[in-house]
Order: sequence, then C-alpha cells, then structure tokens
Amino acid sequence: MSPELGHFALALAFCVSLVQAAAPFASGGGAERRLGIARAGARVQFLLVALSYAALTHAFVTHDFSVAYVASNSNLELPLFYRISAVWGAHEGSMLLWVLILAGWSCAVSASGAPLPAHFQARVLGLLGALSAGFHLFLLWTSNPFERLLPAALNGRDLNPLLQDPGMAFHPPMLYLGYVGLAVPFCFACAALLDGRLDAKWTRWTRPWTTMSWTFLTAGIALGSWWAYNELGWGGWWFWDPVENASFIPWLVATALLHSLAVSEHRAAFKSWTVLLAIFGFSASLLGAFLVRSGVLVSVHAFATDPQRGVYILAFLGVVVGGALTLYAARAGRIRDGGAFEYLSRETLLLVNNVLLVVVAAAITLGTLYPLAYQALGWGTLSIGPPWFNLMFAPFMLLLALLAGIGPHTRWRSDTLGPLARRLRPAAVATLLLGLLVLFLLSARTLGVGLALLIAAWVAASTLQNFRQRLRAGSRMALHRLPRGFLGMTLAHLGVAAFIVGATLTSAVSTERDVRLAPGESHEVAGYRFEFLDVHEVPGPNYEARRALIDVRRNGERVALLAPEKRVYRSDGQAMTEAAVDAGVTRDLYVALGEPLGGGAWALRIHHKPFVRWIWGGAALMALGGILAVTDRRYRRRRRAERRTPAGEAAPALR
Amino acid sequence: MKTRHLVPLLVFAALAVLLGMGLDLNPRIVPSPLVGNSAPEFSLPRLEDPARRFERSDLLGRVSLLNVWATWCVGCRDEHPLLVDLARSGTVSIFGINYKDQYRPALDWLRRYGNPYVTSGYDAEGLAGIDFGVYGLPETFVIDPQGNIVYKHVGPLDPAVLEEHILPIVRSFEGASG
Amino acid sequence: MKALGVTLLLIACACPAGATVFEPREWSDERHRQRYHDLIEELRCLVCQNQSIADSDAELAADLRRIVFEMIEGGESDEAITAYMTERYGDFVLYRPPLTPFTVALWAGPALFALIGGTMLAVTLRRRRSREDAGTLSAADRQRAERLIAGED
Repeated sequence: MSPELGHFALALAFCVSLVQAAAPFASGGGAERRLGIARAGARVQFLLVALSYAALTHAFVTHDFSVAYVASNSNLELPLFYRISAVWGAHEGSMLLWVLILAGWSCAVSASGAPLPAHFQARVLGLLGALSAGFHLFLLWTSNPFERLLPAALNGRDLNPLLQDPGMAFHPPMLYLGYVGLAVPFCFACAALLDGRLDAKWTRWTRPWTTMSWTFLTAGIALGSWWAYNELGWGGWWFWDPVENASFIPWLVATALLHSLAVSEHRAAFKSWTVLLAIFGFSASLLGAFLVRSGVLVSVHAFATDPQRGVYILAFLGVVVGGALTLYAARAGRIRDGGAFEYLSRETLLLVNNVLLVVVAAAITLGTLYPLAYQALGWGTLSIGPPWFNLMFAPFMLLLALLAGIGPHTRWRSDTLGPLARRLRPAAVATLLLGLLVLFLLSARTLGVGLALLIAAWVAASTLQNFRQRLRAGSRMALHRLPRGFLGMTLAHLGVAAFIVGATLTSAVSTERDVRLAPGESHEVAGYRFEFLDVHEVPGPNYEARRALIDVRRNGERVALLAPEKRVYRSDGQAMTEAAVDAGVTRDLYVALGEPLGGGAWALRIHHKPFVRWIWGGAALMALGGILAVTDRRYRRRRRAERRTPAGEAAPALR
Repeated sequence: MKTRHLVPLLVFAALAVLLGMGLDLNPRIVPSPLVGNSAPEFSLPRLEDPARRFERSDLLGRVSLLNVWATWCVGCRDEHPLLVDLARSGTVSIFGINYKDQYRPALDWLRRYGNPYVTSGYDAEGLAGIDFGVYGLPETFVIDPQGNIVYKHVGPLDPAVLEEHILPIVRSFEGASG
Repeated sequence: MKALGVTLLLIACACPAGATVFEPREWSDERHRQRYHDLIEELRCLVCQNQSIADSDAELAADLRRIVFEMIEGGESDEAITAYMTERYGDFVLYRPPLTPFTVALWAGPALFALIGGTMLAVTLRRRRSREDAGTLSAADRQRAERLIAGED
C-alpha cells in the first residue's frame, strides 16, 4: 500500500466531504433523497479516511522511511506496538487520527438516527461534513503526513521515548474521541438553530451523543494524567500545563452540558442555554487544538509548530465558532423555554451546577490565556502555574460537590426545605460520623483538607442514600429495573467523591525523599523500609537500561520488590526515568532511579502517595457511569419502538 | 434579535483577536528585568591570564558589549565571525563571559576562531551568569559608560539585530561623548 | 516570524522531561526541607519553560536549586529567595504571579465571573417564578411536563 494511495484517498475524502456538506442544503429533491446522499457521503468519506489512515500505519509498520513523517517519528528498532501508536505521535498523524474520528462520528450519526426527521438528520450530517472538509483541507494544505523524503532516510529519528508508554499510546485516541465527539452536539445545535425549532426531542437526541463524548473525554484525560504520573518521573499527576487545560476546559463545558440537557429533556427549560453550551463544548475543543498546534503557548506537550498552521486553525475557528454564534445570536430569540420552577427545585440546583462549571471553565481559560494577553499588551511575560489554578479551582469544585450531594434528592419544579432536609438527614449524619473518623485517622493537617474530605464523604453518603431509596422504592429485583441513567449518575457522583479523596490526600499527606543509597543501605519513608539491593544492566528492545532492585518491607515483611529503571534510548541517546510503582488502594509506593553518585551509591527518589489511585479510580467510575447512561433503555427502547410503531411512553414509573 | 444573545459572539471576537495577536509573539523570550538597571557586580579570573581579574569597573567609561559564550554552545559558533568583524572594525569594545566551560578548550576555541574580546571572564560555576540572568546562550548585553544595561539580546547575533538594535545604541553614546 | 531557532540553543539544549535528576541533600532542619520543596515547585525554569525548577533537568535549574538550598540553610527568608530570583529573571520565574496593576484582572477575574454568573442566575430564577404566575405554560406543555415528572421522579 503506497503512501500516494493514502494521500489520494485523503484528497478524495475531502471531495466527498464537500458533497456530504452541500447535499443537505441543496434545493430540489426530497428530504429523504438529500439524507440518502449525505448518509452515503458520510460512509464513503469514512472508508476513504480509514484507507488513508491504514496507508500511513502500513508505512510505519514496514519502516518506509521515504515518508518524511515516518522518518521523523519511527526507527528500525521501535517495537511494533509503538510503531502503530507512533502514527499519532506527532502533528500530522494525530491530525489524520482526528479526521478519521470525525468521519467515524459522522458515520455513527448516519447509522443510528432512525428517530430523527430526515431533513434534520441530513443537516446534521451536512454540518459534520463541512467540519470534516475544513480539517481535510488543513491536512492536505499544511500538514500532509504522506510527504516524501527523497532520498529516503536509512533509519528514522525515532518516536520520542516519552511517548513509548502504554498510557500515551491510548491517551490521544480516547481524548480525540471526546474532543471530536463534541462536534456531534455542536452540529445538532446548529441544525436546530437553522430549523428555528428546538423541542424536547432535540435534547433527547443530543444527550446520548454528549454523554458518549464526555465519557471518552473523561477516560482520555485520566489516561493522560496516569501517563504523566508514571512516565515523567516526578510523581505528579496534574500540572495545569496549557495543553492539559486545553483538554480540561472542554470537559468542564461538556459536564455542564450533560447536566443542562437533563433539565432540557425533563422540563423543557434552559433550552437556549443548552444550545449555547453545545456550541461552547466543541468551540473549546477547537480552541484547544489551536493552542496545542499553533505555538502561541509554551508547553511540554505542544507539537512542533508552524505559524501557517496557526493561521489556518484560527481562521477555521473564526468561521466555525463565529458562524455558530452568529446563528445563535440571530435565532436564540425564537427559542421558547417552557417549565417554570421554584427557587428550591432540582432545576435551580442544576442551574447552579452549570453556573459553577462555566465559571471554572472561564477561569481556567483566563489563566491559560492571560500570559498571552500580557505579552500582547507589551507588559512583559508572566507565568501562571499550579498555585493560581489550585486556588481558583478548588473552592468552586468543592461547592459544586456539595451541591451534587443535594441535587439528586431534590424534586423537579418545586421542593420544600423541611422535607428535603429530612430526606437528607441520614446522609448528613453518616457524613459527620465518617468525616470525624477519617479526620481522626489521618489527623488532617489543615482546615481545607478536612473540609474537602467532609465534602467527599457527603457526596458519597448522599449518593448512596439516594440509591438505596430508589432501590427500596422499586419492587424486588429492582437493581436491574433502575434506569441506567440513574445508575450512571450514581457511579459518576461516587467517582467525584473518590476523586476528591484522592486529590486531597495525595497533595496533603504525601512524602517525597531524595536519598543517596549504596547497595545494602536502606531508608525509611512513612513506615516502609526501602533497601537498595543492587543495580544491573538490562537490555531493552530499543534501549539500554540500568535496573535497580529495591526491597520494600514493612515491619520486616516484604511488601514489594521494586525495579525502577534508567533507560538510554539507542536512537538518540535520550535518558528516561522509568519509575517503579507498587500500587495499592490506600497508597502507592513510587521509586525513581536517579544518577550514580560514586562509590556504588545512587540517587533515588522515594514517594509515599496515599490514596493516589483514587484519582484515576474516581475518573474510571465517572467514565463507567457515562457508559451506563448511554446504554439507558430510554434510548434503546425508543429506537426499537420507533422503528416498529410510534410507541407511547417508554420509562416505567418508579416510585 | 436580542442584544444579550450577541454577547457570546462579541466575547469570542475579542478572544479571536487576542489569539491572532498571539501568533506574532514568541512566548519563549523572557525580557530581562536588568535592562535599564545597573549591571551587577562581578569579579572573574581572566581567561587569558587567570592571575588578573575582570570586573564590572572594567566596563565603565565607554559603551561596550558583553557577550556570554561557551564552546559547547552551537549558536555561539554561528555568531562568532560577526563578533570578530565587529571587533576588527573598532566600532565598540566587546567583553566576554565564558560561561560554564572548560579552561583549555575555551582558549583553543578563541585561538582557532579568533578572539574578538578585550577580555573574557572565566565563569566556571556560572554564578556571574546567574547574576546577569543568563538562561539561553549566547546572550549579548549592551552596557553604557555608566555601567547600566541598556539592551539585551538572547540568541545568536545576526547582521539585522546588530544594525537595527545594537549599533544605533552604540552610536548614540558615541555621539554624546564625542 | 518567530525566533524559533532560539529555543534550540538554550543552555544544555534539550529538556528531557522524564529524566529528572534529583539531589539528596542534608538538612539542618526538617522545616527547611519542606520550604525548599514548596519553593522550587513554585519557581519556573527558564530553560525548560514548562517545568518548575523542581522538575527541570536543565543545568540552570540545578544551579538554582542549589542556590535555593544554600539560601535556606543560610537563614534567608522565602521572600528574600523569590526576590533574588525576580531581580535576575523577572516575574516570569514565579508560578504564583504577583499582584500588580497588570495582574488585578487575573486575580479578580474568577470572582468577577462568579459574580456575573450569580447575577444571571438570580435574574433567571426570578423570571422563572413569575413566569408560572403569569401562566405562560401552554396546556399541552404542562400536561407533558407532568407526565414526565410522573414518569421520571
């Protein structure tokens, strides 16, 4: 399979995406016919991009160093697994993956939309096609991954060793599935605005797509954080790096959208706000792409940059986001929001949730872009790092979590304080007991830590109580009768609690020691004795490693045998610290090997990180919740039902 | 159309303008707080004669360039011919700080590529470099007759930088003094 | 056009994230160790610009870590140490930006956003309540809404 074929397929895909974009808006022909063309377009486009992607993968697998991109990002010694993941290891290939995923979402919309009116579905596909066309053009014009290198290189420069890690191999596809997935609600919103009609159906269609993208985004961000923890050798899991922020802002907006869709679906309220959030979500994705690929911000993760690319993405951003917001400005006035509600109601709490999430997203955007504005205004340079972000993030998030414990217990439309408080009392009591116990056990240091743990306990207790009430309210064998949407929410909120516990305890009570140890010597950290046994040479597939053996004991009993490595990659001589981690539910023991210090002694960094797993565990629970919610029978049954007959109400009463 | 529905569009427009401005900036260049202030005190052994010291007071009385260099720095090699030519033209006196380098190779380097410096201070520990806020070699400071830093350039000098930024400053002092 | 070339020529050239060098240090006082860690986490490396000097493998970062260590052990205050850094490298080295007339918007921004959000929230809530009083909900809407409530709650 030749690179030219891949390039040609990409060019064809661009043409097909133009057809997909234009057909639904052409005059003449029936709606069904236009939909047929758009559908076929989406599928053919996907096949073509997949072919192109396969061609690039093939070039990597077969070491075709006559392709410039392969020559810069692979090497004869690179193991097969990383040759496949190296496709998205740099700008051009990752953009191809992006385009593939967008075509994939297009295809999914074309395949699944049975209940959508034909003209509406056609327009959604048309808009997705237009987005695809924009990205295809970007690839073909500024970032061709198939560019030839003649004469061919004898060997490639190699994939950055930092990216040779399973976490990094899976993180970008997950993240892109999320980023690009937000294009679907975005196009739903724009299509609805074009129609000038926004009813409850719109939200019902949009919701599973949003949930899916959100799930991928959650998993992608968590994987990235897990990778940083394992691979960077610092034991940190979040750095507020501009590129991390670029993924976190869309997540916050998507989370807000998820909650606002709940209101729009149940109560037909906040519809214009929901539409705006759907627009914001994908806009935040695009902004992230701009920040990562244009070089306007300094980041460890940023791709090699080229001003021409920055100009293109900015122009594209202007057309897409500017267009959508203009459409919004013109049409939002026509959206009629129904559903009045009282001050104390679930609507109010969900609205507060939205305000908080959007405020945090705006704050993080401010912190990310402020250095840019500072420099553009000629004030000099400025750094904004973790101290600022943590300060601006934590209070809002804790407030949000506090409300997450109350919201699900509140009734739609109107509630009264007395009965609500009575319903929440068991959870409150449980929280206090649990909180006191935890505070006692950990002798927490500061007020902030104590507060955060109490709030985590509160979220967990009230979520579990809500779950139990719903379980009792149903009949026997009720678990599988509970709507999966509800189960999903329960898991996700428990995930929030777990995340807060992990993040708080890891930052508050971790221990880190840089020590000098010779074979036979040992050092004690947090009750664990780390004995340095020896260091020996270990050959790797494409690197030479020196591996230390550390015997970890507690009260004389072996807990783990850790083997941190110092690798030197043969292709470019880059050194990498490969930390060894003994993972546990309540703590991680983390050892990284430094430099030899003479006399057989080595520098070692030892971390004791309590509850750090809970950070990713929490994210995993959230993602699992997302998966459950997507498979809610409301969506499945409706689809099945509408395929047969226009059925009536789907969800059974649960009281 | 209600005005409040226009707000998101306006906010986005402002953001887009900012991002567009960002494309023309280099976020990596950090302006030095020392520019406009008195050059820090230092005292280093001279590379060609370690028994003698090179000090801040040596810079006083005339406008001068202070160039921070090292043999391991690729950019220093690139800009070196320019410095040699400049020294030969006699326009301005050039002083050097040999930053975190080895003694012998540094001398050999000057012998091989020419020595444009009146003298070079040997800063093995890099402490003078830190006092000058050095972070990316080569760096070049323009220091006025009173010992104030009036300009700093990070990265290799090229004829454009020299003509547009450095020489005008140098000439302005010559005009004032003579 | 950006001077991208410059980035290639920085001291010790590469920033191999993932190859952190760490120095075992002897402390006269445990509190000094904590202060040291807190400080080097908040100082930004000028060579590897998206790492703190705690994480950076650049030689300059190692020098600066040593200076922080020596200043702490020499009895200097945190303020004196950050002043030492900003005198040489400017506010750029501080990950916690100082409050100046130029950063007021940064520090006050999130609170301002919250204020705007809160105001919008209050307005919306008031309007929503009065809407019910005015009874603008159509009969069909109301019926459907009640069905949904019955179905979902």
